[in-house]
Amino acid sequence: MSLLSIFNQVEISHYIYLSTVLFSIGLFGVLFRRNAIILLMCIELMLNAVNLLFTAFSTYMGDADGQIFVFFIMEEVSLDLNSD
Amino acid sequence: MLALISLNAKSGLNFNTMFQNLPIPFLILSFLTILSSLYVVTSKNPVHSVLALIFTFFTISAHYVLLNAQFLAVVNLIVYAGAIMVLFLFVLMLLNLSKETEPVKSNWWGIAAAITAGSMLLIITAAFQVTGEAVAKNPVEGIGLVKALGKVLFTRFVVPFELTGILFLAAMVGSVLLGKREKNNAVLIPKEEGGNS
Repeated sequence: MSLLSIFNQVEISHYIYLSTVLFSIGLFGVLFRRNAIILLMCIELMLNAVNLLFTAFSTYMGDADGQIFVFFIMEEVSLDLNSD
Repeated sequence: MLALISLNAKSGLNFNTMFQNLPIPFLILSFLTILSSLYVVTSKNPVHSVLALIFTFFTISAHYVLLNAQFLAVVNLIVYAGAIMVLFLFVLMLLNLSKETEPVKSNWWGIAAAITAGSMLLIITAAFQVTGEAVAKNPVEGIGLVKALGKVLFTRFVVPFELTGILFLAAMVGSVLLGKREKNNAVLIPKEEGGNS
């Protein structure tokens, strides 16, 4: 699937809805579960929703800065969890 | 609440026509992502939810490929599915947390959490209603490849990149120090006990 066909068929609002749903599921998990490791996993889920939205905006606007941000977020997450 | 609903009605958000023109791969991937992330949250067994989280990361990587961000897809697979998930599984099995030892929460807590998350979903959706039309579509080929991203990373973002390196160094030193101090305490305590007796 080439870039142009994605632009014509999937609007960016669909990516916004998808990552909003993912973020809300992660938030529900953080509020609902009590196991510490599952809490961390739900935070991972929320971070991934944000990463997906960053990437979608970066691709649609033709600007690489968003993907650099995602790269930094991934680095920080791996740092966090490894020092845990 | 009424304002939100009227906003929805005004912008013509129709759920019947919303999913009609979407390509099949996107639909299947989104469905799998949401389903597996729901399983992460609701599953009783922590090992099952770790495995579901791995599956969620795989589908998000597939989304990155659909978005032409190939570098991020590969990095996501390596970092999350490779390193972090193995770490989670390792901790779960090492600390023997995989049994269902979680204290049972009352129903009210679940209802409150669902209401909070649902209102968050509603508010973010309503806030982003206008954004989709405002984003200019500017297709640039090959923006997510390693070459293009590396050029940006090592010209405009050199300083944050080096700062991340320093942060990694600090974390390494910190974890080594913490591990060592634990060992010293373990050695010291029996000696004191021996001296007392």
